[in-house]
Amino acid sequence: MQPDLIDRYARLDSPVHALAAGPKLCAALALVLLVALWPGAPWRLLGAVAALLAALAALSRMPPRFLLRRLLIAAPFALGVAALALLQPDGLRIFLLLLAKSTLCLAAMILLTATTPFTDLLEALRRARVPPVFVTTLALLYRYLFVLRDEAGRMRRARWSRSFSATRAHRWRVLATVAGQLFIRSTGRAERIYAAMSARGWEVK
Amino acid sequence: MHIPDGFLDAKTALATGVLAVAGLGLALRRVRQSFPPQRIPLLGLAAAFIFAAQLLNFPVAGGTSGHLLGGALAAVLLGPAAAVVAMSAVLVLQCLLFSDGGVTALGANLFNMAVVAPVVAWAVFRPLERIAGRGGAVALAAWLSTVIAALVCAGELAWSGRVAWHLVLPAMGGVHALIGLGEALITTLILGAIAAARPELLEATAPAHRRDLIGLGLLVALGLVVLVAPFACPWPDGLERVAARLGFEQHTAQLLKAPLADYAVPGLPWEKLGTVISGVIGTLAVFVAAWAVVRMIGKKAHNV
Repeated sequence: MQPDLIDRYARLDSPVHALAAGPKLCAALALVLLVALWPGAPWRLLGAVAALLAALAALSRMPPRFLLRRLLIAAPFALGVAALALLQPDGLRIFLLLLAKSTLCLAAMILLTATTPFTDLLEALRRARVPPVFVTTLALLYRYLFVLRDEAGRMRRARWSRSFSATRAHRWRVLATVAGQLFIRSTGRAERIYAAMSARGWEVK
Repeated sequence: MHIPDGFLDAKTALATGVLAVAGLGLALRRVRQSFPPQRIPLLGLAAAFIFAAQLLNFPVAGGTSGHLLGGALAAVLLGPAAAVVAMSAVLVLQCLLFSDGGVTALGANLFNMAVVAPVVAWAVFRPLERIAGRGGAVALAAWLSTVIAALVCAGELAWSGRVAWHLVLPAMGGVHALIGLGEALITTLILGAIAAARPELLEATAPAHRRDLIGLGLLVALGLVVLVAPFACPWPDGLERVAARLGFEQHTAQLLKAPLADYAVPGLPWEKLGTVISGVIGTLAVFVAAWAVVRMIGKKAHNV
């Protein structure tokens, strides 16, 4: 979960990157809906979509290893639930179908988000009339996610370097104290952010 | 518990999508009405906090590890409406940026983890807090919210006809009954740490808006009826009014005994639709009754 894992290549120069965020988002959603909700086992459709996605990926000049890595990170839950399908009659077919569909949808979304800066996606959401409070929340979440994660990391390191703890109970307690402190610091940060936002003319719409 | 794409069929995706949009819409309206502007940035920061807290893995028995869901934590820290908004932001970001949870399953994931989990947690926590104290109330709220969210998730997977109910229920229910214990422990500890350092944050962030819960609670109850009721549900628990609803659902499931085990069922058979409708009406009735009971208990506890 490195920050550069997400939008490391979001600002490359390629035909796929050059597309506007709104239409790209719509196209990706349409593709995902088509693949995920098409009833039965449309193997030909899935093959065509796979070819299309591969072509787009090549066109986008993303390193294939980067895309593959992101696919693999998201795979475990799909595998877990799909494996349950193996236990019922005709299970292998359902298993393969589930796996193919979820992998293709994942690939489409990864291609979208890896070639589009997140702020552009937010702008597209705003224009699509998603309530402003929600878009603001998403923007702040994205902006401060890694700040908070790093802050949590620093607090844990500071704690570990000052105390020895062998017991599991102690470990839980440390975890909880760090998380609690993280929330307390978040509220302080939120107050400062509100002051900064207000100073720049922000108001709730 | 993040459902990927391809695991839900069209009717389930649509139904859960409607439920999720209704829940988020209700919550956003409540937030705009009752949240002071200076606390709007806290929504984003609290969402980031939940996201970061979800990265903390904790050991579950047997060498596996689980991570925090955060529904109960968000509900107690922010109140139900704001918790729904913050949890929704977390899930939307996970879906769009981290490909954690599918796009067509976004409605289902939002409903399970951003609506059901915090609302159930709040509905359990609020009345219990006065009776059992904060620690016990939080622990039970966290455990129940995790398990019920997992059950709804199982219902969605089964309703889509991809995995049979009798397989997916023990898998999801069993694992999350365990994960829920971790969730309960860590949520209680985190709130304890916050209460020890800055108790006023807990007082300030949990305003008691009864109205927050009415719309959202009804929505969750309807979701449970539509998604879980059609399956015979051997529910082992008899706690709280949430369970009262589920008790009712066991009853409807008896009426049904029905043919959904056959995956080939194309749409919604009329017989089943009838059961769902009767379930919806019944839920409304039980909800009103439960509401009255909880109010009475709440008042009594308050008077003492």
